[in-house]
Amino acid sequence: MAKIDITIKIAGEAGQGLQTMGQLLSKAFARKGLNVFANQILQSRIRGGHNSFQLRVSTERVFAPSCLTNILVALDEESFSHTEELTKDSVTIFDSIFTKFKVKEGLSFELPLEKIAKESAGNKLMSNTVAVAGVLGILEYDINILFDLLRENFQDKGNDVAEANIRAAQAGFNFTYKKIQNNRLPALYNLNGQKKILLNGSEAVALGALASGCKFICSYPMSPSTGIMTYLASKENEFGIVVEQAEDEIASINIALGASYAGVRAMTATSGGGFALMAEGLSLLGMTETPLVIVVAQRPGPATGLPTRTAQEDLEYVIFTGHGEFPRAVFAPSTIEDAFYATVKAFDLADKYQIPVIILSDQLIADSLLTVDELDIDNIKIERHILSYEELKNIKNYKRYKITESGISPRALPGNPYGLVVVDSDEHDEEGHITEDVDYTRPQMVLKRNRKNTGLLKEMKPPVRYGPQDAKDILVGWGSTYGALKEAVGILNSDGEKVSLVHFNEVWPLNREYFNFLDKAEFVCVAENNFRGQFAHLITATTGKIIENRINKFNGLSFCASEIVKEYKELKSNHKLLRAIDG
Amino acid sequence: MVDLNTFGTFETAWCPGCGNFGILDAVKGALVKLGLSPYNIVLVSGIGQAAKLPHYLFCNVFNGLHGRAIPVATGIKLANRNLTVMVTSGDGDIYGEGGNHLIHAIRRNIDITVIVHNNQVYALTKGQASPTSDLGFVTRVQPNGVIDAPVHPLTLAITLGAGFVARSFAGDKEHLSLMIQEGIKHKGFALIDVLQWCVTFNKRNNFSWYKQRAYKLSPGYDPHDKVKAFEKSMEWGDKIPIGIIYKNGRPSYEDACGLMKDKALVEQEVDPQKVKTVLKEFI
Repeated sequence: MAKIDITIKIAGEAGQGLQTMGQLLSKAFARKGLNVFANQILQSRIRGGHNSFQLRVSTERVFAPSCLTNILVALDEESFSHTEELTKDSVTIFDSIFTKFKVKEGLSFELPLEKIAKESAGNKLMSNTVAVAGVLGILEYDINILFDLLRENFQDKGNDVAEANIRAAQAGFNFTYKKIQNNRLPALYNLNGQKKILLNGSEAVALGALASGCKFICSYPMSPSTGIMTYLASKENEFGIVVEQAEDEIASINIALGASYAGVRAMTATSGGGFALMAEGLSLLGMTETPLVIVVAQRPGPATGLPTRTAQEDLEYVIFTGHGEFPRAVFAPSTIEDAFYATVKAFDLADKYQIPVIILSDQLIADSLLTVDELDIDNIKIERHILSYEELKNIKNYKRYKITESGISPRALPGNPYGLVVVDSDEHDEEGHITEDVDYTRPQMVLKRNRKNTGLLKEMKPPVRYGPQDAKDILVGWGSTYGALKEAVGILNSDGEKVSLVHFNEVWPLNREYFNFLDKAEFVCVAENNFRGQFAHLITATTGKIIENRINKFNGLSFCASEIVKEYKELKSNHKLLRAIDG
Repeated sequence: MVDLNTFGTFETAWCPGCGNFGILDAVKGALVKLGLSPYNIVLVSGIGQAAKLPHYLFCNVFNGLHGRAIPVATGIKLANRNLTVMVTSGDGDIYGEGGNHLIHAIRRNIDITVIVHNNQVYALTKGQASPTSDLGFVTRVQPNGVIDAPVHPLTLAITLGAGFVARSFAGDKEHLSLMIQEGIKHKGFALIDVLQWCVTFNKRNNFSWYKQRAYKLSPGYDPHDKVKAFEKSMEWGDKIPIGIIYKNGRPSYEDACGLMKDKALVEQEVDPQKVKTVLKEFI
């Protein structure tokens, strides 16, 4: 099949149903086997403001938004701000009730949404259905797919509602289909791919938690992390998972920790500000060696920052926060699909090493939608690393903090009839009781706790490498920027550069060996969604090498490939220039 | 067979003559009376002299952070409702640093018993005012006397609809033991505020100060009358009532939640394969 890469943007005010329309379209494309990546640009408000939902439909797997818009559905005056993204092949549709404007590029025409909805379905509220169908008309997509979705969505509201929506859809489809004579966008009527799963990052994490046997989440709502507990709450009865909304994040982490001490797999989810309140509890996890999975979905800070936007500003914070020294692992999922597997691994390592494991995602991962062929559930094994009664029976004098070579002490749960489980936030002896023995016990306990890092380091996957293996120019990234960086590397190589991507999704602890590529590299550039270049700092801390070439975006929006390409080329030509001068 | 020896005897870090000894004895006495196995008990505490108590008793211990004993105890009970979960901490810990947690734990009504060693002073940090210090109480940090209105914990708890609100006196071990037994037996959140003297940092509210004022509620007192209980809880002066001030039969969180009625969460089976059943919802 010919390559398809179309971006559809629905722009308008909060409360106009952009998300509902966007999800409907995303699902319609996923049902015919197309790849979808959809993300929302939101203002932090319930109504009004200017928002947009953009979905990228592709024959390739894409994990980032495009900088261009092929179909613009303009539902407010401010949609004009997107005309810069249009190309000569773009199509813009608008309803003059909301807005009317001339575009510089591409085709533009009025789709009278409310009028069509009223005439076809007798209800102007169905204008959203008209808009969705209008988009499908432009692309000559199989409208029956939309009919199926409308029937499924409205089955609870009765057949009449579903059928009225279908009439509205047919009318909207016909309108644009007939209108478009010289449409230069690809026609999609001839598709027969396998249906794909469509999920957002919060759902991916939540599914990972359910697959890992998580029985308890305690959180305080905070964008963009709230979707996790919302989804888990919807499965509360089905999976017997308890969802508790705590009074604050201090309580969240301590309640979750208590549940974990008592033996269930537990988690909490928050964003940077909430995690700040958890810092004390994080340290308690370290001292008591209690497993816990903590999701930190980043948004731009400092303080309240931009609550509904995206950033990678809390990398150093999650790695270094918490008083005292104790091991932890930090995963930064590169895609929504990866967020599922990262969660499964997080629960596994938390139990195995009795440590906090942080999943560092962001608004781009949390709120975007991605198509996935399947999630590999069959290979998930739940190993709790908890002593059985049989094992405990044979231990004469159970010690929760027994000093071992690996640093991992055998874990028992309170309530067993053989050994008491004594834990303390104070420095403690092997039994768990307070100690002030600075000569032996204290240093031994510090060593024991931090010895776990040796094993932990071996669990960390190497970075993904993409592009020519022998490339001497390297673009480095981590976490959710993967999609944009990978695409950028593709473009750069086709533009005559020879560059590889080295991308990390397991960011702490960092294995020095995974940076051996730096030895042979001639030009290295780190791209991050932050100002300071936090991963670049970690590279320096790990290897002693300073990476001066940085691409940093910190306006609250994610990267798209063309931005990276442009900045990379500038940095590269400066580098060449400097070398020429030096030479 | 559970007896006093079951819970052992440990060397403590408390001052000789401290009110904490009476509380420790009463806790042990209550556990023996109820015939609870140490393996099935978790004592949770925060930080402070009172919070060291769990270390002086043979049972499961979670000695956590200052102010955070209640959330940890909440999590433990949620995960395993078969355990007897108690909190023993001080007034600074529960009413100060952990004040917000107390409020919401009462709302949640988890079946835990919270024993507050209330000596109206911060002792571990060497003598500053606590949230319950009386007006005018002079310390090195409050040299002109306390000007903040004291917290009335029992009044607060009743206002929030706590299911079991009691007060006792560390100098009356028998009464305190009885209150603890009733608190443990109560299915829901139980708050027991214990009048406790501090021999080192509170010369004002000393043993005889409490001894003279503490009086037992009359046998005819009905703890189910919320308005009366509210009035009773505000008595603080020449006479201070001890006993069960307020009681109601609100269902505990564990019963109301419906997900742990038959089996504790920790005993429930988990199966990754089950996730496959929900994946179709994403197509």
